[in-house]
Amino acid sequence: MPRVWDNFVYNWLAGFLQDWVAFLIMGIVVMAIILNFLALLVMVLQYMDRRLIARFQVRFGPNRVGPSGLLQPIADTIKLLTKEDLRPRLADPLVFTLAPLVVFLGGTLAFAVIPFNRSGFLADLNVGILYIFAITSLGAVGIFMAGWSSNNKYSLFGAMRAVAQLVAYEVPVVVSILGVVLITESLSLVDIVEKRDIPLILLQPLGFLIYLAAATAEVGRPPFDLLEAESELIAGYHTEYNGMRWALLQLGEYVATFAVAAVVTTLFLGGWKGPGPAVLGYVWFMLKALFVYLLILWVRASLPRVRIDQLMGFAWKFLLPLALLNVFITAAEALMWPDFPWLLVPVNIAIALGLVVLWSSLFQLRAYRKVEA
Amino acid sequence: MSQQQNELVTEPVILNMGPHHPSTHGVFRMRVALDGETIVDMEPVLGYLHRGIEKLAEAKTYVQVVTLTDRQDYVAAMTNNMAYVMAVEKLSGIKVPERAEYIRVIMAELMRIASHLMAIGFFLNDLGVFQTVIVYCFREREKVLDLFEMASGQRINFSYMRPGGVIQDLPPQFIPQLKQLLAELPGYFDEYEQLINENEIVLARTKELGVLPADKAINASASGPVLRGSGVAFDLRKADPYSAYPRFQFDIPTGTRGDAYDRYLVRVAEMRQSLRILQQAVEQMPTGPHRTRTPWLIRPPAGDAYAHIESPKGVLGVYLVSDTGISPYRYKVRPPSLINLTTLRDLVVGCKLADCIVIFGSIDVNMGEVDR
Amino acid sequence: MTTAVVASDVAQQVNTVMPGRVLEATGSTLVVRPVAVFEVARWLKANLGFDFLECLTAVDYLQHFEVVYYLLSLSSNQSLVLKTRLQGREGLQVPSVTPLWQGADFQEREAYDLFGIQFDGHPFMKRLFLWEGFPGYPLRKDFL
Repeated sequence: MPRVWDNFVYNWLAGFLQDWVAFLIMGIVVMAIILNFLALLVMVLQYMDRRLIARFQVRFGPNRVGPSGLLQPIADTIKLLTKEDLRPRLADPLVFTLAPLVVFLGGTLAFAVIPFNRSGFLADLNVGILYIFAITSLGAVGIFMAGWSSNNKYSLFGAMRAVAQLVAYEVPVVVSILGVVLITESLSLVDIVEKRDIPLILLQPLGFLIYLAAATAEVGRPPFDLLEAESELIAGYHTEYNGMRWALLQLGEYVATFAVAAVVTTLFLGGWKGPGPAVLGYVWFMLKALFVYLLILWVRASLPRVRIDQLMGFAWKFLLPLALLNVFITAAEALMWPDFPWLLVPVNIAIALGLVVLWSSLFQLRAYRKVEA
Repeated sequence: MSQQQNELVTEPVILNMGPHHPSTHGVFRMRVALDGETIVDMEPVLGYLHRGIEKLAEAKTYVQVVTLTDRQDYVAAMTNNMAYVMAVEKLSGIKVPERAEYIRVIMAELMRIASHLMAIGFFLNDLGVFQTVIVYCFREREKVLDLFEMASGQRINFSYMRPGGVIQDLPPQFIPQLKQLLAELPGYFDEYEQLINENEIVLARTKELGVLPADKAINASASGPVLRGSGVAFDLRKADPYSAYPRFQFDIPTGTRGDAYDRYLVRVAEMRQSLRILQQAVEQMPTGPHRTRTPWLIRPPAGDAYAHIESPKGVLGVYLVSDTGISPYRYKVRPPSLINLTTLRDLVVGCKLADCIVIFGSIDVNMGEVDR
Repeated sequence: MTTAVVASDVAQQVNTVMPGRVLEATGSTLVVRPVAVFEVARWLKANLGFDFLECLTAVDYLQHFEVVYYLLSLSSNQSLVLKTRLQGREGLQVPSVTPLWQGADFQEREAYDLFGIQFDGHPFMKRLFLWEGFPGYPLRKDFL
């Protein structure tokens, strides 16, 4: 599989340098490109966020800075950069400072293995999916560090919720992916995209739904944004943050959300595949990922937040059993029809719908019992 | 080591919610004792917006006090005006012309719609909707405020009513614009109900939550949508009709279980009933003077009077004592917001932290009125 | 229409059960001795169905304080005003009606806060609006 830096620059460098040195230099260059791309992307995402949510809410959104408010993110960034650097007196200085970096890293490192195009990736790990799940969990550590070190009860509550939420939702996330792995017989993200001609959402509709719901919860986006529940916890784990540290936390959150969108695109929507020349793969990938991001955004503009016990119940009682069933069904199909004929598409969609409806009738989100004090 | 020593010793966390918290609707403060996420105790701490309106009123003339009443429940100033001027009229025996009564009813019902819109918007905000519903609700509230501005020149602190009537007659373009609004509003209400009523998360979060049984609600002197949500059809507009209300046909919507969801439903249904009243008031609108002549300085005979009306938040009463002077000897407000809060502690203990906010939002208080 | 009950009739009934409690009965206003407030209120609630305490407040008349209770019966739609007069300016005490009507809770605390009237038997007699240690009681006529 060719890598993105298998080009004349690498060949030229390899001509007079040791192979590993050239590898290292190119790696650093590509990483810098990806990092800057992400930073710019977050600006776009944030602009999109504000404009679209404003539209959902019959408002205009930012429209003063630049044409249609396009320069608003830049103005925001300048404002955040020039803000006073405040830290609560009783906060743990080291952990408080490190936390935003850890949160940001968690989301960013995932992009090391995500293939933006046929050869547009930093590394093609043969355990790519595993790597992504491992590295995105780092964000939880950062969030807990932020909440714990702030020395604020609201932050602490946010942090505790974040940990509970992440531990609970990691399970359905991973199990829902197993179906994809069974079909493509690979853990490498590039292989997964290459293996099938059709988007895997058609063969794994249930897996897609579970993954989208659980991953939304894992990155703490509404309706599962309990870790920063504004109406209860003010701002949750980042109550005490301001200025650039706060911006880094936000950056980390946006990147993590986009990472979810990118993983969904890669696993279920056929990644870079699309009509047109190969270079359009980047465009296709971005379009698909932005569409998934739009879905997550849409939910944010329309749904209220769930409660902590409902959140946990949803993970353990609803998503996990469904994800397990999905694995069993997919495994049975893989045994019987290893090449997954087209006929399975309608069958799988029907199974998914049936199971969701059946389980919804069994599962009671509303069951509520007041604890006697 | 014995079994008991092995157990972890935990103690509740005391959390100060407020006075500056995004969801306490002003400067309400709750000292919440939490065991994990469960509330084991709650103490409301009030007074952050206490301006001593009752004391200030004792140094103002009867007409000047109207401006103070605006600042009690600042999202429903018209009904505050109305309760106060009714008490003054009762105390000094001033008669109100028919047209003024109709104008007052129109204003009070528009105010009810505006206040309930705000209540519903913030209630959904408390549930964690990212501002969407509140912006929708404010869109309509703006239209109501436009009408108020047309009549009184103000958008929030109207000071529109005076003992003996209202300060000025409605401008000619008021009624046509009101009719247009009356035609638009049902569509908007349908929109909210479509957005909210069957939303699974809203149902899961609000049904069976904060249940206030009818007998308890009555015992705690709850009123307004809180009492009616518990299934008690008590509405002063029917029970003790005042102003022009006896002439209008309308129903009292009530809930069945007395939970947060019922209170929300009652509010939406009440807005629809307000539309009915407004429709009839516009049709029957009499002509004539909008105010009776009153002395420049009103000097009521010595004695006391108590007038109460159904404000958007509940029974709003005004108790006035006169010593024949030009200013009230004692001006007391029966604030529905404050008294509806009486049961808050009983409702939230045992719930989760997030529910505490939802229950508080479903009661719909205004801190200006609670603290005065 | 809420009908105001005739206080003299009520006074008669109260007098037959508990003689000497009622001081005065004019219109729909029943004035009782301070110590008898709770008893009379309990009797009114149990026998005449006054289940809704609409308003509780106090007035400073310089010579005495007056505590006013606006009672409402939701079932029969009747109203009654119960008053009591406290002589003097210090150590004012009146039995609390919070055990009867929970709605009196905050209103009694408010009256305590602003007038300095102690309500005996109130479960949590603490200032409502002002902070502990605030000098004086603002709604008294001699404040300021």
